[in-house]
Amino acid sequence: MINISDDNFHNDHRINGHVEPEEDIRQYNYLNLGPTHPATHGIFQNILKMDGEIIVEAEPTIGYIHRAFEKLAENRPFYQIPTITDRLNYCSAPINNIGWHLTIEKLLGVETPKRVDYLRVIIMELARIADHIICNSVIAVDTGALTGFLYVFQWREKIYDIYEEICGARLTTNIGRIGGFERDFNETVFARIEHFLKEFPAALKEFESLVMRNRIFMDRTIQVGGISAERALEYSFTGPNLRAAGVDYDVRVMTPYCSYEDFDFTIPLGSSGDTYDRFCVRQEEMWQSLSIIRQALKNLPEGNFHADVPEFYLPPKENVYNSMEGLIWHFKIVMGEINVPKGQVYQCVEGGNGELGFYLISDGGRQPFRLHFRRPCFIYYQAYPEMIQGSMLSDAILTMSSMNVIAGELDA
Amino acid sequence: MSKVEKTDNQFVRESIQNQFGPAVKSIEESYGMLDIVISKDTLIPVITWLKKTETLRFQFLTSLCGVHYPEQKEFEFSVVYHLHSLTQNIRIRIHIFMPESDLKVPTLTTLFAGANWMERETFEFYGIQFTGHPDLRTILNVEDMNYHPLRKQYPLVDNTRTDKDDKYFGR
Repeated sequence: MINISDDNFHNDHRINGHVEPEEDIRQYNYLNLGPTHPATHGIFQNILKMDGEIIVEAEPTIGYIHRAFEKLAENRPFYQIPTITDRLNYCSAPINNIGWHLTIEKLLGVETPKRVDYLRVIIMELARIADHIICNSVIAVDTGALTGFLYVFQWREKIYDIYEEICGARLTTNIGRIGGFERDFNETVFARIEHFLKEFPAALKEFESLVMRNRIFMDRTIQVGGISAERALEYSFTGPNLRAAGVDYDVRVMTPYCSYEDFDFTIPLGSSGDTYDRFCVRQEEMWQSLSIIRQALKNLPEGNFHADVPEFYLPPKENVYNSMEGLIWHFKIVMGEINVPKGQVYQCVEGGNGELGFYLISDGGRQPFRLHFRRPCFIYYQAYPEMIQGSMLSDAILTMSSMNVIAGELDA
Repeated sequence: MSKVEKTDNQFVRESIQNQFGPAVKSIEESYGMLDIVISKDTLIPVITWLKKTETLRFQFLTSLCGVHYPEQKEFEFSVVYHLHSLTQNIRIRIHIFMPESDLKVPTLTTLFAGANWMERETFEFYGIQFTGHPDLRTILNVEDMNYHPLRKQYPLVDNTRTDKDDKYFGR
């Protein structure tokens, strides 16, 4: 809140305690930050009204990569929608995919086996780590510390190697199917996860010791781009940004999905909602995610890797080629010929940067009648002008990178 | 766990019916969440009451979106609000319906700062006019776009385009 209430730059014009705007003799400069600026990490434009080096007003323009996902989704059968969700928050695509699968499973009333839930939790927590690695190391880059970024970024590649072994893709994963996974995790996957769990903590620790108590980093981030808990709630903040402001709202705890209630983890909280708190909350969340993955691996139940939903889960290929039933189901699923119950479902998951919600209206047809994505960064990015008001340009850059605004999700 | 949730939903249902009576057109429960249909004029009083009442405290606007039902005459357009009470941990869904001839809805920006862009998005996609909104412009598309693309009458593919003609596959 420091920067928001601090109106030092009005002081010259205060005569006997009141502001006389008509006597504003300051000269403003207008600065175009973006759309393609190396420090904005995505395509965002902000027209900044500057008084010297102080930002007086900011006017964001968004929508540069708008791809009409909600319209597209109304024209696709349910099993073709995960590829749209991939492209929302592409830093943690598996969370989006699984969030969508949970939505449709909720509509259909599918009970997934515990093994599916645990495997999904492993993937989602890996995705959360990948998401936070990007965000936190980029905050460090924006303060001028490129080294830490290089140290941890290769670990994101290791996570992508794990995705690749599970589903064949690295960035836009399309992981899982309605009801579970397309195949069980093989030995290589578990070996890679074990390797990651063994080696990554040292790298993360190294990154932390490099950055977290670094004098320059702390000076650059503490009390920069802060927001109070009240304002954050009014702006419908979610995720690490809300928790940094001190509100303990985490979807994994409030409305557990995917058996998150089986796991023991803590929700880190900040107090001032500034850039440093957001950084620290994410950092601690990565440690918690590692602990969740360890618990999931330790208690991984035996069982099937998918639920029994023949109407939506593709039959094995030998059935398709050798039996009439299998071929019929395969054809019906691929053509999207299967009707679903009518109804309205809201399902949310804790995405990398907040509550990712899917509001699905089904009219019983092969496509959604309406699908609305609650995209966390679209909702909290609107507080950005307020958060950077009265701060320096260089702080505005840091505030943006610490908010973890992902262009794909912002613009849908 | 589920039993507690159910009594909570029941409590919300009863208190909203006691408070507003006929203004509440229907309350149903689907997939564990209350679907409350209210009339458009009572939107602001109901949501203010839900937000301020101590026992409910629906102080978190989760999402806001429009829906177009071309089949329902006189109720073609709808705005859906998802509210969340963080203290009670209950979510509710509020629907308002309106005919195409009268797409004016009071804005929620006075209650929730975050409603600003969500309403702009809904305006852009469905043409719903939020009265009292401080800055009702398009947000994701170009400023001079003069139609509302998520309405059902607009097909996904623009049929007026000639560069996509594919005579061999009949598309």
